[in-house]
Amino acid sequence: MPAEIVVLGGGVGGTLAANLLSKELGKDAHITVVDPTGMHVYQPGFLYVALGQANGQWLARDERTLLRKGIDLAVEGADKVDLSAGTVKLAGGASIPFDHLVAATGSRLMKGSIPGLIEGSYDFYSLDGALRLREALRTFRGGRIKVGVAGIPYKCPPAPVEFVFMIDQNLRRRGIRDKSEITLLSPLNRAFTIESASKLVQPLMQQRGIKLETFFNVESVDAGAHAVLSLEGDKADYDLLVLVPPHKGQQVIIDSGLGDTGGWIPTDRVTLQHLEHDRVFALGDATNLPISKSGSTAHFEAPVVASRIASLVRGTAPKANYGGRVMCFLETGNGKATALRFDYEHPPVPPIPSWHWHAAKWLFNRLYWVTVPQGRIPERASKGGSES
Amino acid sequence: MSSTAITKSIDARGMPCPGPLMSLIGAIREGQIGDVIEVLSSDEGSATDIPAWVAKAQHEMVDVIPEDGFRRFVIRKAR
Repeated sequence: MPAEIVVLGGGVGGTLAANLLSKELGKDAHITVVDPTGMHVYQPGFLYVALGQANGQWLARDERTLLRKGIDLAVEGADKVDLSAGTVKLAGGASIPFDHLVAATGSRLMKGSIPGLIEGSYDFYSLDGALRLREALRTFRGGRIKVGVAGIPYKCPPAPVEFVFMIDQNLRRRGIRDKSEITLLSPLNRAFTIESASKLVQPLMQQRGIKLETFFNVESVDAGAHAVLSLEGDKADYDLLVLVPPHKGQQVIIDSGLGDTGGWIPTDRVTLQHLEHDRVFALGDATNLPISKSGSTAHFEAPVVASRIASLVRGTAPKANYGGRVMCFLETGNGKATALRFDYEHPPVPPIPSWHWHAAKWLFNRLYWVTVPQGRIPERASKGGSES
Repeated sequence: MSSTAITKSIDARGMPCPGPLMSLIGAIREGQIGDVIEVLSSDEGSATDIPAWVAKAQHEMVDVIPEDGFRRFVIRKAR
């Protein structure tokens, strides 16, 4: 009897884990990917759509086309995971049995949880949001742009910093930079979560006249008054407000008793197993691990999850460990970027921004569809951790 | 050791910066005025980050207690 493996979520981590498991286990496993839309979305592209540098067409593909032959795809939401029965109940009422479960459910945007956010701000964290923001920027003729974060944790931590650099470049190109003020409202006492990256980007922000307001955790937006208010008691007036919406784990995780109050899954930082349920593995945004929520994280975690489940199916000792590896590009504007490469033990030492890293990011964006979901990245580059 | 009654305790030991501060901010966001929140942090950055944020946000830093390998921050939500 083949092992029944259910993967919840057809994003980066879920797709890669399913493909690696299929490759490794062949007929020894029956793999089902459950995804409510059946569409695989390349979310880093939203930033470029918002800035008018890309259209939305290249951002989504049919998940079926990315999965290896033999993997089943259920295009349906998952309502509940029943651990005692070993089943996933689907929205349509059917149940799928599992021996091993991969929770790659990602995160969801909670735009309604901050008063006034929907009415008063724009975002580039969804395709709809990016298209709305693109239109707002097209008609923008100058004024105060405030860019902030409405809740932590959030996906792709460098994105707000990238946005301020890229909007600076955009406004300069259009000849309206001198009529505009750009301010990054940071929830921390620096521009970026990682200190070494902050030390690199803050002088660049200063050089380009991008203001930084620290300890600004968004509490509400007064759309009528064009003002955003912080938990710390400050107020920032704006003409255009761009906020990263608050994030939360998926409802199925909460309803199944698999997550904490935020819907994040308590996950072992090395084995990526659920802390209370051995048959459940988690990766990507879905975990409660204090590392970046990003496609890169999921990409490096998926081989570890696949290897460990394959070991369990084969009855051999698991060898793969996740070392906390993450790699992100960070656009710094003017056709340059830097790279953040780090793990649990080693904070990033970002190189001086150059066009090389900018080109590398563009190349990666283009090659994503034929490399990452299928695991076609050289072993050394894709290995998420170590083998003990 | 502080004798203040703790409303919520956050064990952020082992969590890298800015995790402990962000956990505190989340607890303040969800809490009631008068709540006393305790944060245990082994991250060195918390020694400056947490008191700086508490002062900025106009809450009350009740105590900072050095323990073996970590610090115990006690904060009262003041507004």
